Amino acid sequence: MSTATQTKEIVLSVQGLRKVIGRKPIIHRVSFDVHAGEIFGFLGPNGSGKTTTIRMLVDLIKPTSGKIIVCGEDIGVHPERALAHIGCIVENPEMYSFMTGWENLEHFARMQAGIPVSRITEVVEIVGLDQRIHDKVKTYSLGMRQRLGIAQALLGKPKLLILDEPTNGLDPKGIKELREFIRKLAESGMSMFISSHLLSEIQLMCDRVAIIAHGEVIAVGEVDELVSQVGTYTLWQVDRPEAAREMFKDQLDVQIVPEDKHQIDESLLSSLHDPIITIMDEDRVTGWVNRLVAAGIGIHSVQRVAPSLEELFLKLTEGEKIG
Amino acid sequence: MANLLALIQNETLKVWKKRRFAVLLLILLILIPVFVYAQMKIAQNSAEKFNDDWRAELQSRITDNTNALSSERIPEEWKKWRRALVQQLQYYLDHDINPQTPNAVTFTLTFMDNAVTLFIPLMVLAIASDLVSSERSTGTIKMLLTRPVRRWRILFAKLATLTLYVSLIIITTVLICYLISGLVFGYSGWDAPVFVGFQVQGADVDTTGVHAVTQGVYLLMQSGLVWFSAMVVSVIALMVSVLVRSTAASFVTMMATIIAGTILSNMASSWKSAKYLFNVNLEISSYLRGTPPPVEGMTLGFSLAVLGLWGAAALIVSFTVFTKQDILN
Repeated sequence: MSTATQTKEIVLSVQGLRKVIGRKPIIHRVSFDVHAGEIFGFLGPNGSGKTTTIRMLVDLIKPTSGKIIVCGEDIGVHPERALAHIGCIVENPEMYSFMTGWENLEHFARMQAGIPVSRITEVVEIVGLDQRIHDKVKTYSLGMRQRLGIAQALLGKPKLLILDEPTNGLDPKGIKELREFIRKLAESGMSMFISSHLLSEIQLMCDRVAIIAHGEVIAVGEVDELVSQVGTYTLWQVDRPEAAREMFKDQLDVQIVPEDKHQIDESLLSSLHDPIITIMDEDRVTGWVNRLVAAGIGIHSVQRVAPSLEELFLKLTEGEKIG
Repeated sequence: MANLLALIQNETLKVWKKRRFAVLLLILLILIPVFVYAQMKIAQNSAEKFNDDWRAELQSRITDNTNALSSERIPEEWKKWRRALVQQLQYYLDHDINPQTPNAVTFTLTFMDNAVTLFIPLMVLAIASDLVSSERSTGTIKMLLTRPVRRWRILFAKLATLTLYVSLIIITTVLICYLISGLVFGYSGWDAPVFVGFQVQGADVDTTGVHAVTQGVYLLMQSGLVWFSAMVVSVIALMVSVLVRSTAASFVTMMATIIAGTILSNMASSWKSAKYLFNVNLEISSYLRGTPPPVEGMTLGFSLAVLGLWGAAALIVSFTVFTKQDILN
């Protein structure tokens, strides 16, 4: 089997998911595939139907229509077979607080055939909880509960790990550790499905992303690809901006972007003094540097800036209010 | 695909680790001595009143009843009952037992009879009420139901655990009762005779089936009935626990229903259809003694059937809802 077909192997396939609660359609037209070994982001503002969708993926909520296939098993037909391939934390990692971490893991290990004690020891080591594993869970910090939750999810050696807003409530150090941890797990060949309302999170962690708004998936694709749809900007800082602007004007290979039309992070722009924002191909940059220098314009800096996913999201959901 | 035994082990462990049973044990260990002390006071009082002439009194009752047996004006079924009574009185006399003096077995019998309507249900509810609702209110249900196990198996494991604990509660209550009261009243009384087989029909008591059994056998029969009544309460509580998200709400709902049952039992004589309510039928052990039922026409068989139907319906609702419901919060 070639590596190309291996990467195309589909671990999770969601087809035309729909959920109606009461008379209100909460989820409609949600479809996407998660491939083996990739980190798949699921991005949407709060209340967009992220959690409802995730609950349907793990059989906590039954879809009104549509199919969820996990490693070839339809979760609506054989939930126990499909769930054997999934490890998950839905919202907060809630465990039995009156038991120790170890007892909790034993409890969940008993629910799946073929998990020996050695596997429990193994996952405890993976998440680095060895020191406190025999303490009661009620004495754990949120970060430790998160680790215990992940340990629980890893017990059955799942092909797909589903984490719902995993960075919620963690401090910056915890978030950084979690991010590294997720990368490490992905390198071991596990697929990840990570939901977030934080766009920077997805950008930092994920290979591909599905964007959901109002219960509907509005875009699916590689994070970089989606970003490039909006276009990359080239920012110029020169000593005579007016002269440079004059030169860029009405050129075929350069397009000046007006102040109010760009999708760049305000905080990034505020640190720059009077930048000229342009859109141009990468291979044109050198030629333009030469022409500006030849015209006696001093160049302070030239930089290429990608619009953030946040701006992409704004573009995709134009006119919709984000919570 | 984990086997059911492992799931039952899980559920049993969780109840145990929550120390629910330990608390119940503590309550029993505190309450029963109180009742034993009260019973001892009663026994002392009556001993002062009747002094030592209980043998003479027994003898005169035996003579009266034997005389009545030879009379032709007394119907045959009454004679049967009198013959049994004479048998019992003779037993007391032969074994030098004052029937007014309690022993550990009679104390246990009386206690269980009184506990079946409120005390036993209360203890059972302490475990049954949060079996499912606690998983929901703490959020652990999301972990529990996303493991590769069919939902009905999880509920079945919870039901098996519940049966286990209900049985344990009944056995422990009987044991603690016997052991503590025995310290005061002595551990004898296992083969003292008791009458069973009364049939209450309308205003009359049909005594044709009356016969004596030993108190040991009687205790076994009574405990069995108490167990059945407690199981029905716990299964209905399990259903409420599936339907209601909060443990407190599910406990209060059940407790209110049980208490309503004891109140209704006292006023249901004119509201005939109340006999189809489960909470009026809980006191099934009293049929053994021939106590008139709350509503005319209720018999042991009737109560068992009503309770059985309620229990079965509760199980059907529990399993249907639990396997289908969406976990939204």
